[in-house]
Order: sequence, then structure tokens, then C-alpha cells
Amino acid sequence: MYAQMVKSTGEGLKSREDMSPEEAAFQDKIDADIKIEPKDWMPEGYRKTLIRQIGQHAHSEIVGQLPEGNWITRAPTLERKAILLAKVQDEAGHGLYLYCAAETLGVSRDDLTEQLLDGRMKYSSIFNYPTLNWADMGAVGWLVDGAAIMNQVPLQRTSFGPYSRAMIRICKEESFHQRQGYDIMMKMAQGSEAQKRMAQDALNRLWFPSLMMFGPSDADSVHSVQSMAWKIKMDSNDELRQRFVDQTVPQAEYLGLTVPDESLKWNDEKGGYDFSEPDWDEFFDVIKGNGPCNVDRLAARNKAWDDGAWVREGLLAHAEKRAARKTAAE
Amino acid sequence: MSKEWPLWEIFIRGQHGLSHRHVGSLHAPDAEMAIKNARDVYTRRNEGQSIWAVEAKHISASSPSDKGPLYEPSESKVYRHPTFFDIPEDVGAM
Amino acid sequence: MSGLSKSVLYDFCLRMGDNTLILGHRVSEWCGHAPVLEEDIALANTALDLIGQTQFWLGLAADVQGEGKSADDLAFLRDAWDFRNGLLCELPNGDFGQTLMRQYLFDEWHWAMLTALQNSSEKRVSDIADKAVKEASYHLERSRDTVIGLGDGTAESHDRMQAALDYLYPYVGEFFEADTVDEAAAKEGIAPVLESLREGYDAAIKATMDAATLRLPDSRFAHKGGRNGRMHTEHLGHLLTNMQWLQRAYPGASW
Repeated sequence: MYAQMVKSTGEGLKSREDMSPEEAAFQDKIDADIKIEPKDWMPEGYRKTLIRQIGQHAHSEIVGQLPEGNWITRAPTLERKAILLAKVQDEAGHGLYLYCAAETLGVSRDDLTEQLLDGRMKYSSIFNYPTLNWADMGAVGWLVDGAAIMNQVPLQRTSFGPYSRAMIRICKEESFHQRQGYDIMMKMAQGSEAQKRMAQDALNRLWFPSLMMFGPSDADSVHSVQSMAWKIKMDSNDELRQRFVDQTVPQAEYLGLTVPDESLKWNDEKGGYDFSEPDWDEFFDVIKGNGPCNVDRLAARNKAWDDGAWVREGLLAHAEKRAARKTAAE
Repeated sequence: MSKEWPLWEIFIRGQHGLSHRHVGSLHAPDAEMAIKNARDVYTRRNEGQSIWAVEAKHISASSPSDKGPLYEPSESKVYRHPTFFDIPEDVGAM
Repeated sequence: MSGLSKSVLYDFCLRMGDNTLILGHRVSEWCGHAPVLEEDIALANTALDLIGQTQFWLGLAADVQGEGKSADDLAFLRDAWDFRNGLLCELPNGDFGQTLMRQYLFDEWHWAMLTALQNSSEKRVSDIADKAVKEASYHLERSRDTVIGLGDGTAESHDRMQAALDYLYPYVGEFFEADTVDEAAAKEGIAPVLESLREGYDAAIKATMDAATLRLPDSRFAHKGGRNGRMHTEHLGHLLTNMQWLQRAYPGASW
């Protein structure tokens, strides 16, 4: 998802008997759906895992501005331009809410940013794919935001209060994102031959990377078991992926587009589609930095950060001067 | 690494006479910019609202508890509302 | 409405709408690349407002023209020589300081202009101005504070802002030099006499630059040619190449 393969403590789940009294009380609260707030006691592993997860989620929103930002200046109508700009702006907002949620855990936004920029922290693999034609703006909204929503809706119930509140706000805004994407896809799929070709091309390129967003199967992952016990992960990767495919395939059919998977078939018995796994070697290559756009994306974020240093310093220096003048006058 | 802008907690009073409530936080060099940033980040420009910005370090807290704030997007930007897009029912939930 | 009045109103709307279109486009180029998230979001709001105003101005221009065209037709299917924005709006973003200085120099004029247009004899114009002036007044507040903050910030931010002002100031004068269209618009009460806005503008930017510890250039030399389309900068063509590409490459398609 936007946070992929987040490692927890790696120690696996503790049994009740092995828990300290604080740990047991903490787990009781979570089991009773009582939110954990920043000043409450929490295990160090919970705090660290959350920082990694929320940070990665925030980074994904910020890097996620770039593939769609790529088309803002080329949007084909004034209304499309405004809608796309508003959407990419929302992503900056979502990143901001999430960084703030992470900050309540005792890490600064600048610190998280530095970790993104020097590669210590990751962001979602999906944003390392390029946006090559206008229908990609449709497909990103429809598929990428659609996949994100699959994960984010349950996360509104996550155990950590600030994270949950950020997700509630984000989900409320996110629904417009998916719908504007599908709206573009409908126009394209019902448009000229060239537009239909763009739409199919976008689906062809983005289908499997979208499935990768949920991460590899985590049925046997100790990290996932712990995260689910802590309610910072609500569903398994495979469950979410299946739900996404089941929801999306009929939408593709409605558009008259072909999902690029010859094995795709309805399975009556399980009440869902059978489908091909994405190429996980490709996924791990992208995670390692070898996706089509990794270098460009990080370079763009580094440039924005470095070029902006004098602005951040200048405005802060002015604020300090003003405060000093005010004190002197009193 | 250069110094980070301070963190501010933002409180907004909506249009229905309710008292200010916490909507989130942001960074800004000073109080005035915090209020301007809050307007851009947290109200998307609805008029008739009042914003408070308090530097986070000045807040004393017992045990925080407040529910997620829900804000209406600016009225003139209808496309921010999901219902702006007419999605056929056959397509399913979105 | 007489043929002459129609053509004056049409030209006037193009000048207003092309300013907001081209500047809004420039500001939107920042999305995802600003120095800090809060500024990224604020710049996008400014761009969204300007694009929204463009829809009104170019929509009115298309109505007045009466050839069944839309605001999009005017935005995406005219060539550079038919654009009527001030040259200032089409200049490249440069660094963040140059972008904010350009914004401030424009906002100060835009706000004064829109304030005056609230009294326009043409109701469709005053209606647009009523809505746009609120947005412009916020843009102005924000760009003015940022120019002051960066001018009176660090030595580096000061020098960058001074360089931005020196580069951009020669593009200010164009907004106050009336031609026959402006004179006719003023005579019919559609728009104010342009020169009448200059005194207030000069006083305002002087006060801002003083607070920002920046020095206004002595020369009042003014580059011109955008508002009448006689001679744009080379930058406009590249901007249009980007902006109009899809509409040009796939004529008649619906998006």
C-alpha cells in the first residue's frame, strides 16, 4: 500500500504471559478499541513501527505529487487543470496531515524528510512508474487511489488516535480523487480511437504496478501479525488485493477496456476473481531503486528541498528579527 | 541541517457558532504565517471562519482526546466533492 | 451593444483573463516542488483561484464575441500573438523569490484594478470583480508578507529578492499605459482610467519594499507588447506549447 513492507520489531507476537503489566494493559485498550494517544504509555516497538509506517505513508503522498504533477501544465481544459491541481494539492495536504501525526510520536518532519531524501526511508513503489499519456491521470485516480482507499478506509479505525484522525480526513478527501479519475477514463474510453488507445495503454501499464501496491503476500510475516495485533494494519495484503481486483474488474468492463491478464477469470467457488500475480522480481527491483523513475523522483524531491533552503531560512530569520524588535520595544 | 519552522496547533471556529476546535497542526515561521497557512491548509478558503494558532510547545496537555475533524471544502470548488462526478451505478461503489 | 463596445469589452475581458490564465499556469508549475509543504499548498490555492477567474473572464469574452466559442477554445486554440496578458505574467518562475515577487507586483495591481471594476458600468464585469477581489486581496496579503519576510530575512534571501525586483520591475509599467482599447473602456465606464491606479500602486510598493529593505530601481523604463499582442516574450510560446498540446494534437476531442 502507501506503506509497503513496514517492518515491526521483528520479535513476533508476545504471548499474554510474556507481557509486562504495561504491555498487557496497552493491549487490553487496543482490544477494546480505545485509541492510544501520544502521551499514553506505549511499547517502543509500537512507536517505532508507527513512525516508519506513517512516515512512509506521508512520503508516498509527497512523492505521489510528482507523477500527476507531470500533467498539470498539459491538462486539456481549464476545468481538468483545476481539478488535477486541486487533487495534487490535496496530496500535499495529506502528506502534511500524516507528517503531523508522526510528529506526535517524537520525530520531526525535517528528520523524516532527510531520511526520505537520502534513501533511508521508502515510499510506495507505484510512484516510480511514469505517467505517459493523459489517460494516466484517469488511471492513477481510478486504480492507484482506488487501491489506496482499500487500505485507508479500514485504517480510519487504527489504534493510534492522531493516525486515525488523519486517515478520516484523508478518506473524506480521497473519494473525489478516485471519482475524478474514473470520470477521465469514461471520457477517454468513450472518445476517439486515439483516446481509447490512450486509455487501454494506461491500464496496460498501471494494472500490475497497482496490484503491487498491496505488497507481497504477508500470510507468513511476523511483522504483519504484530501490526495486526496492534491494529495499525487491519487486513492482510492478499485480502486487500483480492477485494481490489473484485471491485475493479467490472469497472474496467464497463469502460470497455481489457485488463491485461489472460488468466483473469471469475471463480464461483470463492466468489471472486482468479488473477495472475504481479512480477515480484520487478517489484523488488523497484523497491531497491531500479524502477523506471526512482532516480528522477528522488532528484526532484532533493532539488525542491535544497533550492528551498534559503526560503525556509529567510522567513525564519525575519520572524526572529520581528520578535526581537517587538521585545526591544516593550 | 538548518532550523525547522516551529509547529503550531490550529483551531478553527466554523460557521455555525460552535466554539473553536482543533483541526490539526502545521509548521510556520511565526504566528501570522501560521494563521495564513492554516487558511490555505485547513479551510481551503471558506469565508466567515475564525482561526487560532497556538505554538505547540505552549500547550499543556492532560490526556488528549478529540475526534477527527471534518471540514467542508470551499463552496466554489465543487469538483472537490465526490458527487461532482457522475459515476454510473453499474460501476459500483467508489 | 454597439459593434465598437462589443469589441472593447471583448478585448478588455481577454486582457483580464489572459493575465490570470498565464500567471495561474506559471504558478501551477510549482505544484510538488515548493520549498515547504505549506507553501506548496498555498501556491496551488493561488493558481486555482486564478484559473477559476480565467473561466469567468474568458467565458464572458466568448459570450461577447458571439461565435459560439467557449472559454476553453479561447485558452487552448489561440496562438501567441492573440494573447493579451501583460508580459510580467508570462515570465518564467525563476526561483521561489522571483515567483513571489512577480506575484506581489501583479497582485498589487490586480487588487486595485478589481476594486475599481466593482463599480464597472457593465454588470457582468462587476459581478466577476466582486468575487475575484476577495481572492486577490488574500493573494496580495500573502505575497506582500512573503516579499517582506524574504527581503528582510537573511543576506542571501535579501540579495535574491533584490535581484528579482531588478529583473521584474521593468515589466510593471505596461499595466498602466493605456491604448485606444483602455481609453474606450474607461470612457464607457467599463474599466477605470489605467493611469489613475498608478499613484496608489507606487505608494503601496514603495511601502512594501521599504519594509522589505529592498530598493526600487530608479528607471521607470517599461517593456510593453503583451497587452496589445504586438510583441510577447519568447517565453510565452513555450508555455503555450505545453498548455495547448493535447487540444492541438487531437482536434475536436472531448476531454
